[in-house]
Amino acid sequence: MAHNIYIYILVMAAVTYLIRVLPLTLIKQDIRNKTIRSFLYYVPYVTLSVMTFPAIIYATSNVYAAWGGFIVAIIMACRKKSLPQVALAACVVVFLMELILA
Amino acid sequence: MQKNDWINFKEGVRDGMPIAIGYLAVSFTLGIAAKNAGITAFQATLMSLLNSTSAGEFAAISVIAAGASYVEVAIMQFVINLRYMLMSCALSQKIDKRYSFIHRLIMGGGITDEIFGISIGRSGKLSPYYTYGAMAVAVPAWALGTCLGVIMGNVLPVKLVSALSLALYAMFIAIIIPPATSNKILAFLIPVSMLVSYAFSVLPVVSSISSGTRIIILTVVIAGVAAVLFPVEDEEEDHKAKED
Repeated sequence: MAHNIYIYILVMAAVTYLIRVLPLTLIKQDIRNKTIRSFLYYVPYVTLSVMTFPAIIYATSNVYAAWGGFIVAIIMACRKKSLPQVALAACVVVFLMELILA
Repeated sequence: MQKNDWINFKEGVRDGMPIAIGYLAVSFTLGIAAKNAGITAFQATLMSLLNSTSAGEFAAISVIAAGASYVEVAIMQFVINLRYMLMSCALSQKIDKRYSFIHRLIMGGGITDEIFGISIGRSGKLSPYYTYGAMAVAVPAWALGTCLGVIMGNVLPVKLVSALSLALYAMFIAIIIPPATSNKILAFLIPVSMLVSYAFSVLPVVSSISSGTRIIILTVVIAGVAAVLFPVEDEEEDHKAKED
């Protein structure tokens, strides 16, 4: 490698840290504009939805097992189970389904 | 640290545990990728400790192995991680204003998809100590998993790693679905976002957009349209059903 790996790491870290910290430190007062507030309210739901699907389907080595975990997670979440419960149930379903389907 | 801060911290640790377990699995695969690119365990661990960004690190490892320039790596990290900027904006409205500037500097460093998810999902204002609690277990787990991935390679059973990789996504579901059961707009918006995301991943032309860029574009467009069509009336009504 012609480049220094540590400089790569520092460049990455600096860029990523600035992205994370700038809005949080620069925006200090409450945003009054209703459209911007609504936008920020919807951002987490949209961004997490977009990140989850379709990526969740390709996260495991078996697509059907992933679908099983996905559906179980949705059912558990609809019943307002806690975060660890939902995560654990989904993982167990995937593990068992991969054992059976293999 | 006051008593309240300590309670918030402990709750952050509790909710951060599943994130930490998911991180162990994902960063383990990251470590394997790092090893294949000729990066040592120490270097990979340092990278994970300072960055904590799955997509960013995976992408960086591949271009570093190809001998990319520092500027290229910087631009790539900027584009892939730009979504953190949106999350940071959202958190700026959520954080309890009583906490000083220094808390924003520390908390900001811990913004990952998952830690952001549980932080924004807290009811009421956010105490930075809650986020610290989650960071305290999740960030070391991310670094440890990376380290183990480099050292142990393929020792862990593939099926176990495979099942654990689903944990992160199950957590996202656990964050976004419960509020949607009592809010019709969210109940509509979440499946629509998923379907559009799927369409963008398979349709010609748009499917060539990287997943990081896709997330940013779709978030801005869909949340923007939703904000215009369904403005949220008041902060207190966030989690209440809105009848239309």
